Amino acid sequence: MWRFLVPVSIFAVLAAFFYRGLSLDPGYVPSPLLGKPAPEFELPRLKDPAAMLGNRDLDGQVALLNVWATWCVGCRQEHGFLVDLAESGAIPIYGLNWKDDRQTALNWLTDLGDPYVASAFDELGEVAIDWGVYGAPETFLLARDGTVLHKHIAPLDEAIWARDFLPKIAEQCGSLPCPLEAGE
Amino acid sequence: MIPEFGHFALILALGLALIQASVPLLGAARQRTDWMVLARPMAVGQFVFVAAAFVVLAHAFYVDDFSVRYVALNSNTALPTAYKIAAVWGSHEGSLLLWILILAGWTLGVAAASRGLPEAFAARVLGVLGLVSVGMLLFTLLTSNPFDRIFPPPVDGNDLNPLLQDPGLVMHPPLLYMGYVGLSVPFAFSVAALMTGRLSSAWARWTRPWTVGAWMFLTVGIALGSWWAYYELGWGGWWFWDPVENASFMPWLAATALIHSLAVTERRGIFKSWTLLLAIAAFTLSLLGTFLVRSGILVSVHAFASDPARGLFILLLLSAISGGALLLYAVRARRFRDEGGFRAISRESFLLINNVLLIAATAVVLLGTLYPLFSDALGFGKPSVGPPYFNIAFLIPMLPLAALVGMGMHAYWQKMSASVLMRRLRVPAGIALVFGVSLPWLLFGGAGVMTMIGVIVGCWLVLSSLLDPITRAVRNRSAPRPLPRAQWGMILAHLGVGVFILGVTVVSSYSIETDAAAVPGDRREVGGYEFIFRGTRDVQGPNYQAVEGEFEVRRDGRLVTVLAPQKRIYRVQQSPMTETAIDAGWRRDLLVALGDPLGDGAWSLRVQYRPLIRFIWLGALIMAVGGLVALSDPRYRLERQRHAAPRQAPRTAEVG
Amino acid sequence: MTPRRQRMVLVALVAAGVILSAGLALRAFQENLLYFFTPSQVMAGEAPDNRAYHLGGMVLPDSIQRDPGSLTVNFIVTDYAHSMPVSYSGVLPDLFGEDQGVVARGRPDANGLFVADEILAKHDENYMPPEIAEALAQAEQGETP
Repeated sequence: MWRFLVPVSIFAVLAAFFYRGLSLDPGYVPSPLLGKPAPEFELPRLKDPAAMLGNRDLDGQVALLNVWATWCVGCRQEHGFLVDLAESGAIPIYGLNWKDDRQTALNWLTDLGDPYVASAFDELGEVAIDWGVYGAPETFLLARDGTVLHKHIAPLDEAIWARDFLPKIAEQCGSLPCPLEAGE
Repeated sequence: MIPEFGHFALILALGLALIQASVPLLGAARQRTDWMVLARPMAVGQFVFVAAAFVVLAHAFYVDDFSVRYVALNSNTALPTAYKIAAVWGSHEGSLLLWILILAGWTLGVAAASRGLPEAFAARVLGVLGLVSVGMLLFTLLTSNPFDRIFPPPVDGNDLNPLLQDPGLVMHPPLLYMGYVGLSVPFAFSVAALMTGRLSSAWARWTRPWTVGAWMFLTVGIALGSWWAYYELGWGGWWFWDPVENASFMPWLAATALIHSLAVTERRGIFKSWTLLLAIAAFTLSLLGTFLVRSGILVSVHAFASDPARGLFILLLLSAISGGALLLYAVRARRFRDEGGFRAISRESFLLINNVLLIAATAVVLLGTLYPLFSDALGFGKPSVGPPYFNIAFLIPMLPLAALVGMGMHAYWQKMSASVLMRRLRVPAGIALVFGVSLPWLLFGGAGVMTMIGVIVGCWLVLSSLLDPITRAVRNRSAPRPLPRAQWGMILAHLGVGVFILGVTVVSSYSIETDAAAVPGDRREVGGYEFIFRGTRDVQGPNYQAVEGEFEVRRDGRLVTVLAPQKRIYRVQQSPMTETAIDAGWRRDLLVALGDPLGDGAWSLRVQYRPLIRFIWLGALIMAVGGLVALSDPRYRLERQRHAAPRQAPRTAEVG
Repeated sequence: MTPRRQRMVLVALVAAGVILSAGLALRAFQENLLYFFTPSQVMAGEAPDNRAYHLGGMVLPDSIQRDPGSLTVNFIVTDYAHSMPVSYSGVLPDLFGEDQGVVARGRPDANGLFVADEILAKHDENYMPPEIAEALAQAEQGETP
């Protein structure tokens, strides 16, 4: 009576495809920037439109670049963690304020705290395109020489920080905070 | 504090579900009645706690508690109260909670109605339902807790997706889930029968009303979804073969097959193992739908935000529940022997063909829906399978099925002579043929072959459904013997299919759809109606602003109606939405949608004429009413049922 | 015929019918598969010339041009590595716009202009159709040395 095994076999094949399909999930492609130099950018600063923020300001330090916006609820969710992280002095965080309104963004930082060393103001989202941003929040981990070490899409929290970021930072400089311009 | 109570209630519900899923099943295996009877109080308790959790979440929406992350993501202070409540199931976490609440509700229903069942059997059925509930509660608590907090709380929420701000959304998911989840009941009956290794005609009689009930909700839910997509998306389409639509349609097809197969199992004691398999398949397809919608492995306009962790969890759940049931089936199914046979022309044959064709149709839909996934997994690229495939491939099994339904309804059990059947159906077949050829010409001035076939089949179904009531009324004019309710149910359901087919045929053959550019004062004729563009003005809604166009519709110079389509911008999410204006009628719908401003007061427009489109939803509604009427048949009142062996089949064309 | 033989005939007939329909369905299937291509893939000659396909990418900023008073819209679809001009006549979906993800169904004409008969756009600012996201990532990879 092998025929009674047919349904469960069909089901098993389908389930195998579904399992494969889950790992194929096309929304979660790794960034092509990984291990490559971060794209060039130069944008006015959020708090001081006259001054610019660009790759030069980040050079020589292991740093985070966090893409955020006031219209993004996920950013609000991770904001508390970013403020704590900045206060701990573990790593400098730079912001890329994406397609936002300058005044709203400034109010947000006043109300919720400002974890950023500085934020670049990308009103038209041009730099975000170069960086391959397709949803906020996104967080890039950059090496001293400006190489992209890691990219995280979705809100950041303690668990993800410990799992994905800390090991990569440890590879770079052993202990936190990373010293500036260590001998290369 | 209140949201934490909701979380706590869910944990308690999980505890009760664990007891319900273990103790009664063990009790049934060891014949310990004191263990078996625990099933009912656990089912009641579980429902109370899940309902409490649901009320807590609804309350958080009602009072705008944006410290709850789910509320912050899906609501807004400016959202009207009714939509705040509907927003509870507007996204993944809340709709999962609704799923669980409905499962608890069906379980409660089974528990309440199970007094007439043998104690061990009732314990097994409730135990299996408890197992499903454990899985879904774990899924919610571990991956999708709707009560998670966010700190600091935002001042205002992100708002509900504007597409979902509509009365249709308020009812669509609950009805659909009533259907989806209701199929867990025949599933549980089936697994319980596999556990005991016995299946009597009483089993089929117990299972039938639950199946019909779930099927009825699924029918209304799908129809409502189609109607909602029609007026909310405003593209004039009523079915898009979108993966998420297919996910609800496949269980419907399987459930329809199950209803018919149960009829044979009840009346004739055959198709037993097939019926068991169908019951498992129908619920498996329900769970599969849940998996497809929530895992994000298929691209769809309806899909929830994707999360592979959730996808993996549901896949494990699906494998445990359905895989487990199918394994049990593989081991036990050979025990269910059929009693008696039938001839090639008999009601059994027609119902067998019905089942084969319905399952073929399900396979067609499943293949088309999953093909992009198969292809991607095997590295053959990323194709998308469009409506043309579904339209053709679905029609191949469904057209002969529709034609055979008319005959099957009038065939006797066991055997029937072809000539008698032919004689009975001569008149309706002749009339259908004449109508099918002449009506399209008379009403629409022309017809293609497929249109004529469609109208013939539609008329044939309507007429052959009505044949029995009409002949009875004519023969015994003074005191016609009333037909049993269950048979009325069948007649109505098949009549509904006929009305539906007529609607689909006419809409797909005679619709007119044109895009145009117009300045105020322009006139345009579509489908015999003259549309006059009067101009646009700005209007303010509660949480949106809009441009509203004004169109006069005239026929032969007489004013028919004034249509006011809108182009809305929702303030919070800043997303544009086209609100198509629809003038609905039995004979036709007229639709006007505003496109984009072209400068100097000119606009691009889409004007549509859709004849008989209401028949599509009317047909579905008649089918569902048929289900309701069949449910009201006293045959299904459990108290009076004896645990009888299959009765000798009467040689009449009674309900099938 | 005995009931048993009658049943066998019935089963054989049904089986034949199902096989026939499966064949027809598969034919319909082959003809109705629409593959998805990006401008880079089209430039590389991977897309078919003789049948319709889906062209996907982002709408290049400042590329949308309307003929005044007519429904025809021209715009450029890009994956940031290559671009392709598209022409469409009709009402555009709500979410169509510059710098947004778009999928056009149609085929290219002799001059390399992609003539679309349907435009699909779906996104919010957090969303990009997964095929496009992946295709863009690949295109970027191809570009960056």
